[in-house]
Amino acid sequence: MPSVTRRVTRRGLLGATVSGLAMGSVAARSDDTAQVGLPPPPPAAATATDIVLQINGNHVPLSVDPRTSLLDALREQVGLTGTKKGCDRGSCGACTVHLDGRRVLSCLTLAARAQGKVITTIEGLAIGDALHPVQAAFLHHDGYQCGYCTPGQIMSAAALIKEGHTRSDAEIREWMSGNICRCGAYPNIVAAIRDAVQEG
Amino acid sequence: MQTFHLSQPASLDAALAAAREHGVKFIAGGTDLMQLLKDNIESPTELIDLEHVDLSSIQADAQELRLGAMARMSDVAAHPDVRAGWPIIAQTLEASASPQVRNMGTIGGNLLQRTRCGYFRDTGFACNKREPGSGCPAISGENRLMAILGGSDHCIATHASDLAVALTALDATLELRGADSERRVPIVDFYRLPGNTPHIETVLRPGDLITAVTVPASNLARNSHYLKLRDRASFEFALVSIAVGLDVQDGIVQGARLAAGGVGTRPWRLPDVEAALRGKPQDDAVLRDASSLATVGAHAARQNGFKQTLLQRATLRALQMASA
Repeated sequence: MPSVTRRVTRRGLLGATVSGLAMGSVAARSDDTAQVGLPPPPPAAATATDIVLQINGNHVPLSVDPRTSLLDALREQVGLTGTKKGCDRGSCGACTVHLDGRRVLSCLTLAARAQGKVITTIEGLAIGDALHPVQAAFLHHDGYQCGYCTPGQIMSAAALIKEGHTRSDAEIREWMSGNICRCGAYPNIVAAIRDAVQEG
Repeated sequence: MQTFHLSQPASLDAALAAAREHGVKFIAGGTDLMQLLKDNIESPTELIDLEHVDLSSIQADAQELRLGAMARMSDVAAHPDVRAGWPIIAQTLEASASPQVRNMGTIGGNLLQRTRCGYFRDTGFACNKREPGSGCPAISGENRLMAILGGSDHCIATHASDLAVALTALDATLELRGADSERRVPIVDFYRLPGNTPHIETVLRPGDLITAVTVPASNLARNSHYLKLRDRASFEFALVSIAVGLDVQDGIVQGARLAAGGVGTRPWRLPDVEAALRGKPQDDAVLRDASSLATVGAHAARQNGFKQTLLQRATLRALQMASA
């Protein structure tokens, strides 16, 4: 077997740590169940559905449980982890993507219902190395702190500009209200959007 | 989330036929249902996807506005005919949720969204709406956001839709279809008071679907306004909201239609306020007297007495806006 030097990434490290913890808790639970003599409950049965999603210009065949959200399909199955999971209940906007050019919440979209639609994620916004004007403006204005809400903010902002809801800062704020930033980077986000409107 | 089968019928008839089975639920925009599924508040065995059923038309003429049940909230709000003839419908939609949710949410789904009562939304608590007979912790618990109108000993949860408040003020009618039935129901008769069956929220029968909403054209509809007061400026449900349509000729109120949101167990029409305005001169004293009647029949719990004051003041403010 050839030796492989694996690059340690933040994601890989976090994944390894989490699975280590999970194994620990499974071991502890099996000890508990041994004491009370009950087997762990079996996982719920689910029938996989074969679908094809059109993501960032690629046709991606997937086999999904009917319950799978578009968000989980993108992150866990396609490996497009730029779209973030915040609340998973439609309240934070971190999972915003475009379906047929409209901004929607991927956490509240069943993956199977996204078939036949053009899906654009943050990974598909730039054209090659050329950043989308909103991405460039967020960089220029430092429109983020921790960065977790940023992909959703940018996807929302790109749609907002197309919708034309940019006639004033107040209008930008109102129409960006579906994207929460708990670091509070709002002033720079609004400045970035205002700038991107002029650039565009 | 419990597992389910997802079916995607291509026609209304096929969707209605599929809905004859027990345990079946329609899914439209999914913005509320997905939350309910994730939190195990709803656990259907089959979801019928309405995406491919052709119910999304928006039509307006001199007589009425007709909104297909699958028309998206954002498309209705942006429609020039809606904004000109029924401005309050655009206003209520744009005051609802967030732009992303409005791109997904539909007219029919908005009218059928479930209450935001925290006890209903948390399966760790009892709730008569979710589990009939289990009790209502809201009545003696956290009830700042609960209803002051239409409650019972079994439920004081508010109805959450802004759009439904506007439609209630404007005498809208809902078109309902079942596999073997077709009905037209005025929206004021559509929502049921909780009484001792708070889990039965509308007159829909199992397998029924809202297919369209019609709203008559009128001077009232053209001069209609929505005032929504909430804990934060945007992306929040109403503490108190008022929909008002006024028809004033030569300084005399010919007709008034008012409904309130955030305060009732269903969208709450304000007939006493309307009666106090009809035929009267449109001056501030008349508006003030009429506003004081907004709370007729109100009953506050421990934490939501402030809604009574807010309701009267919001009514006055909304009337002043419509008079300006």
